[in-house]
Amino acid sequence: MLPRRTKPSLCSGWQIVFLLFWSASALWAVAPAAAPGHGTNVFSPASTPAKSIKDLSVFVLVITGIIFLVVFVLLVYSVVKFRGREADAGREPPQVYGSTQIELAWTIIPTLIVVVLFLATARVIHAIQDAPEPAGAMEVTVIGHQYWWEFRYPKLGIVTANELHIPVSDRDHPTPTFLQLLSADTDHSFWVPELAGKTDLIPNHPNRMWLDPQSTGVFVGQCAQYCGIQHAKMLLRVSVDRPEEFAAWIQAQQKPAVEDAAAIAGRRVFERNACMNCHAVGGTSADGRFGPDLTHLMSRATIAAGAAQNTPDNLRLWIQNPSAIKPGSLMPAMHLSDADLDAVVSYMETLH
Amino acid sequence: MSSNAITVPVGQTEARPWVDQLHQWLATVDHKRMGILYIVSALLFLAVGGVEALIIRIQLMHSHNNFVSPEVFNQMFTMHGTTMIFFVAMPVLFGFANYLVPLMIGARDMAFPRLNAFSFWLSFLGALLLYFSFFGGSGLYGAGSAPDVGWWSYAPLGARAFAPGHSSDYWTLALLVSGFGSIGTAINIIATILCLRCPGMKLNRMPLLVWMNLVMAGMVLLAITPLSAAQIMLLIDRYLGGHFFDTQAGGSAVLWMHFFWIFGHPEVYVLIIPCFAFMSEIIPVFSRKPIFGYPVMVAATVCIAFVSMSVWAHHMFTIGMNSYANSFFTLTTMAVGIPTGIKIFNWIGTMWGGRIQFKTPMLFSIAFLFQFLIAGLTGIMMAASPFDWQLSLSYFVVAHFHYVIVGGILFALFAAFYYWYPKMTGRMLSESLGKWHFWLFLIGFHLTFDVMHVPGILGMPRRIYTYEPSRGWDTLNFIISVGAFIQALAILVFVANLIVSYFKGDKAGNDPWDAWTLEWSISSPPAPYNFAMVPTVASRRPLWDEKHPEDPDSRYE
Repeated sequence: MLPRRTKPSLCSGWQIVFLLFWSASALWAVAPAAAPGHGTNVFSPASTPAKSIKDLSVFVLVITGIIFLVVFVLLVYSVVKFRGREADAGREPPQVYGSTQIELAWTIIPTLIVVVLFLATARVIHAIQDAPEPAGAMEVTVIGHQYWWEFRYPKLGIVTANELHIPVSDRDHPTPTFLQLLSADTDHSFWVPELAGKTDLIPNHPNRMWLDPQSTGVFVGQCAQYCGIQHAKMLLRVSVDRPEEFAAWIQAQQKPAVEDAAAIAGRRVFERNACMNCHAVGGTSADGRFGPDLTHLMSRATIAAGAAQNTPDNLRLWIQNPSAIKPGSLMPAMHLSDADLDAVVSYMETLH
Repeated sequence: MSSNAITVPVGQTEARPWVDQLHQWLATVDHKRMGILYIVSALLFLAVGGVEALIIRIQLMHSHNNFVSPEVFNQMFTMHGTTMIFFVAMPVLFGFANYLVPLMIGARDMAFPRLNAFSFWLSFLGALLLYFSFFGGSGLYGAGSAPDVGWWSYAPLGARAFAPGHSSDYWTLALLVSGFGSIGTAINIIATILCLRCPGMKLNRMPLLVWMNLVMAGMVLLAITPLSAAQIMLLIDRYLGGHFFDTQAGGSAVLWMHFFWIFGHPEVYVLIIPCFAFMSEIIPVFSRKPIFGYPVMVAATVCIAFVSMSVWAHHMFTIGMNSYANSFFTLTTMAVGIPTGIKIFNWIGTMWGGRIQFKTPMLFSIAFLFQFLIAGLTGIMMAASPFDWQLSLSYFVVAHFHYVIVGGILFALFAAFYYWYPKMTGRMLSESLGKWHFWLFLIGFHLTFDVMHVPGILGMPRRIYTYEPSRGWDTLNFIISVGAFIQALAILVFVANLIVSYFKGDKAGNDPWDAWTLEWSISSPPAPYNFAMVPTVASRRPLWDEKHPEDPDSRYE
């Protein structure tokens, strides 16, 4: 019998725990990302699907928060109020077996809550999933590969990788982007938290999702479905451009690769080795499709699906030994001589 | 029940040579020894799975950490999940069911003692097979050995093209073999409960623990069979040229998901219902009141079992099901919350007006109620499928299901250990070490798993071996890892308590908790065949009737 000693510490323990959990979740629910640029906080949405999800989430959080408070108070009250006391030792409390009315009450009230939550949820499911594609929508095919993303713009004839460019969809120019999601190998999942919820890329199972970002800038995310050894470094960048920026980007991407006579040695190395079996460079004989399209490599800020910044040093390291940046990447080390390596890196640097 | 029906049989005390004792343990078909074998093997693998979790947490302590390679990390989370579900949680619960069900229904053993031993050894050898992969397999990338396809082994990652070598075959075979063991045990539990109840033990007088284990065993039959079927199909794919899940030849990755989760979700309830069972025995005894609303508790359990068979695709909200399917599984998943809520209310109703004794089993039980409440509410959040499109596959989900499995199942198990250890060994576990264990584990648990929700909300996916410093997840992950080590420390206290108390604990006597079910009517530990004379019961609390002849339960039921 030690209720007296245990009781106070028990209560303060619960209070700490309670405060910890609820304040943490409340804090992150209310405060949007303070960092400059766009983060990966599901509670600072910048696109309609993510916004409707956030509104639903806040509603669900409030309801579950209220349920939590009610049950928590009941629990703490019964623990404190009905603790055993020394004086009662040896005597049993009244034996109560149940109460039909009370049990009915706590069956019916939760049922009503479930109905409300379900209706609110079903509305959002329908609004997001069954949204019709407007005539002016941008269409992009996203193909998941082991540890990188391929983006194809079928109507524009553009193929690029890892950094998706889409137009901003503000009130003056509503241009939502509809993504067709495919996979070349295992399952992946497209997740840019501030733009939309995630949708999986599954082989033989085409999926669809849409975004209409209302602010410009780079949004980050990454593959969310375990896809193999380098799942962690299958990062994703979505650049939301102003209409004129986007038009310029399209124009640049539609051109074949720049032909720079100074880099001809590097191009020879590229075409003589296995590089061209996996990589394409528009306008040349290199048309491999296993790896990212390199026609406009220099227009991208990162290499290796976001694992490294696109700098000459990183490029050199990546070509020399991909495992140094991304162990398990499917790109093999080609064991080039230093001279060849320099030449091929110079060639890459001409691919604007 | 007449008093001479529960006379204490004389236990065997003479010392035997250790080879003889070992042989007795290996060849035993006694349900109590089988139960202890299950529990001890599960504790062994709890330690192994725990070390794997610590390796994961060290690796994630800060961004771009190089504690282990990506291959090893992927093996660790695959082995951690597989081990904890199949070779810790299920065996330990089967162990308690094995030990307690016959005692509580006044039976002398399980219905099929030899099937019982066969099932245990199948499960145990399944576990050894899984761990043999460290020596015998070659991994996904030819680089390692243990399976590294995740504990769901989603198609086509488990196909030969992506998982060459044999490591994922060890995973497949281990689950297949131990699955047969689980089915055998489930059949045994059902047969025992339906056929071996003592006179007077009508279905509506069975202790709730027995009821809930009956439901759990029924669910095992329905859940494990599709998993076993899927494993056989996977083997056909891998070795006989089948194309069930082989997407490169037109197979369906989604089919595997359905098979896996139609096992995987009921499995959660297979694990949590026996924990509800522990709560339904322990909370009344330490509140000194009968369970509040016995018939509703039984009905809610059966209801959970039925509804939980139709919620599996809530694990698949992100795979692109249409809006009708997503709505349906949202509704069914939220609906499970109703009977589950009823249970929480009934446990609080049991405490209400009682005289609560804060012994260690009760401390763990109260923590269970609190944590299971939160786990249920985060479950409701994810049942809202659009919310799940954000939270699924993120650390929020990892936090949620660890809240269920650690905050719910493991806390309930600790309560059960402290409550029934005296019956199993004849010695009390130390209360002071128990309090250390409780508070340390509580702090570690909340440090780890409360905080873990946040990186999920901030966009951190699960199963990544490293992350970018620019994402801002460093501090949170550091706190999570610190909590993991505090939990490990608490587990060491627990193990120390188990060992020290076995030799030096206070003598327990028949009925240390002044409890009401039949197992407390006989000696601790019970003699072989349990009951010298088969007891007769007249109510749900036979020992209450005996202790309070002036006010027996049998008068009200």
